[in-house]
Amino acid sequence: MEALTKKLVEAFGPCGFEDEVRDLIREEVAPYADEIEVDQMGNLYALKRGDGSGLKVAIAAHMDEIGLIATHITEEGFVRFTNLGFIIPHTLMGARVRFADGTLGVVSRDKARFVADMDKMPGVDQHFIDVGASSRDNCPVKIGTPGVIWQTMEVQGSRWIARCHDDRIGCVIGVEALKRLAETPHDVYFVFTVQEEVGTRGAATAANRIEPDVAIAVDVTPASDVIEGFPMQMKLGDGPGIKIKDMGMIAHQGLARLMQRRAEEAGIPYQPEVLLVGSTDARAMQIAGPGSAAGAISIPNRYTHTTSEVVDAADVENSVRLLVEILSKPIAL
Amino acid sequence: MNALLKQLTEVNGVSGDEKAVRLLLRDLIKDHVDDYWADAVGNLIALKKGTGESDLRVMVDAHMDEIGLVVKSDGSDGTLEFDKLGGIDNRTLSGKVVHIGKDKIPGVIGLKPVHQSSIRERSAVPSDLRIDIGANKKEEINGKVKISDHVAFVSSYTELGPTAIGKAFDDRAGCAAIVELLRGERYPFDLYAAFTVQEETGMAGALVASYRVKPDVAVVLECTPAYDLPNEKDVSANTKLGAGPCIYVMDNRTMHDPRLVKHVMESAEKHHIPFQIRQPGGGGTNAGKIQQAHIAVPVVTVGLPGRHAHTPNGMISLDDYKNYVKLADAALRELTRDTITRNS
Repeated sequence: MEALTKKLVEAFGPCGFEDEVRDLIREEVAPYADEIEVDQMGNLYALKRGDGSGLKVAIAAHMDEIGLIATHITEEGFVRFTNLGFIIPHTLMGARVRFADGTLGVVSRDKARFVADMDKMPGVDQHFIDVGASSRDNCPVKIGTPGVIWQTMEVQGSRWIARCHDDRIGCVIGVEALKRLAETPHDVYFVFTVQEEVGTRGAATAANRIEPDVAIAVDVTPASDVIEGFPMQMKLGDGPGIKIKDMGMIAHQGLARLMQRRAEEAGIPYQPEVLLVGSTDARAMQIAGPGSAAGAISIPNRYTHTTSEVVDAADVENSVRLLVEILSKPIAL
Repeated sequence: MNALLKQLTEVNGVSGDEKAVRLLLRDLIKDHVDDYWADAVGNLIALKKGTGESDLRVMVDAHMDEIGLVVKSDGSDGTLEFDKLGGIDNRTLSGKVVHIGKDKIPGVIGLKPVHQSSIRERSAVPSDLRIDIGANKKEEINGKVKISDHVAFVSSYTELGPTAIGKAFDDRAGCAAIVELLRGERYPFDLYAAFTVQEETGMAGALVASYRVKPDVAVVLECTPAYDLPNEKDVSANTKLGAGPCIYVMDNRTMHDPRLVKHVMESAEKHHIPFQIRQPGGGGTNAGKIQQAHIAVPVVTVGLPGRHAHTPNGMISLDDYKNYVKLADAALRELTRDTITRNS
């Protein structure tokens, strides 16, 4: 899984421009899926058929990552930009950017005075990207060109450090669960969704299309086990989170209980998750079409939405195991 | 004088009260379409059948509603409290003439006279504004104004050489463009024209229209804020008046389909129609709701730049308008199943 993670987190895929990521995932799932489809927004569906005795289940992980898009090229050839999804402005200074055409850039900000302005946090609109151009005319980036913050993945012990575990790690877990899922009573749609970071848009249309009975998102959640961390209990390495609630949804209680039971039966560590900010694709799938019983498996992730997110390999492995446990057995709600 | 723009911008249709616009549009299109109907929320949908060459189902959308106000007090002292329908900057309100309700009772939005106000008051954004219908007139209007009446701004369509001033170009310009498309030759595919309600208050009409029509492709025709007035800073205009229609890539509501964005740009280049990319960022159009109303629908928005957006007196370029209609027509005619077929 480490190799697949590296491949996926080093692929380009800001909201609305997920093609490269989809191509990679499609290659991985093709040998294991009974049917593969791509819809008009770019959601990828890999269907694993059940024996007919189970439910229709959607497992969603989003392919898109937070990114940026050029809004203006200055006379000196610097690129102004706005965010695609939620960029934390603190993370921008000195970050590297890769644009859709491969152009690399470095971010700085207006009136940078270093020591003197260390207590300031200018907005995204007060930053610019230097792509090495000297004028508007020779700048390779045009208004409307999308980009991402660029970093390679590094591994140190059990910790995987990468720029967009959110939510390529969910994609990896989805792919791996499909590979390991030998038999299932359920028709399982592994959906790799688009445009989650701009408002769970892909998942909404995917659920309209599938009309699942049960929908489970696989996404990251902020790990809070750092100095004065996030006010929630979520420790890196202590197992996947099982969603109880977040800002956008209350998980189906029966489903959350079943997920916990399956974890306990199989001896998989887990952490009940109550998240105070943010939500996942499950939010959209819960209320799309005729509605579904929705929940989420949440991978503890330190420094979410920064250029170096950190997950623990054990949590990734346990998330896959939990997902396979859930999918290979009956789901009675 | 562009009679279509004049007619369509001078009729009143504040969000939720679009009937007069719907009736006018019905009369303007009925001899040029194969079928038309109003749906449950008040959208006017028209079908112009295709030549049969293509099995695509295409929807083109423009919203009928305009920003305005709604009355929320009974006027017992000759003035009316109001709420805003749609995004309106309070700074644009005072001194404006309005028409209230279906009897078009005139009123003016009042403010403390400059003679009596302090310097501090004069530089602040006005709040607690009221519509003055004339204290003495209260008896004369005799209950013709009531709580919940819609209030529209009064502004006549005026052409000033290459530009035009008026209200509600957002989005009657889009409605006018669709009327022109419907009056033209048949397209290779069935074209559904959706004249939608309540865009300015949350895009309810487009959501319903998309769910019902279930198009394979949708094109939204909008009027897009131009902000291109003299500025010392090195910044791009959101859109620029006179530089041609704009094509959307991204706004707060929608990642416009990259394949359609490219398709519209190629049509523009092929027909030598000037165009601009609308600056990515805030704002939103019906495209977002259309895209997600049911299963995923590829969408793109083409906009007519309009200065002084969401005020009673917007300004458009008549050349831009011509190119806007031309680009919408060309992009539609050249649309095929291949345009939206994915290679991967």
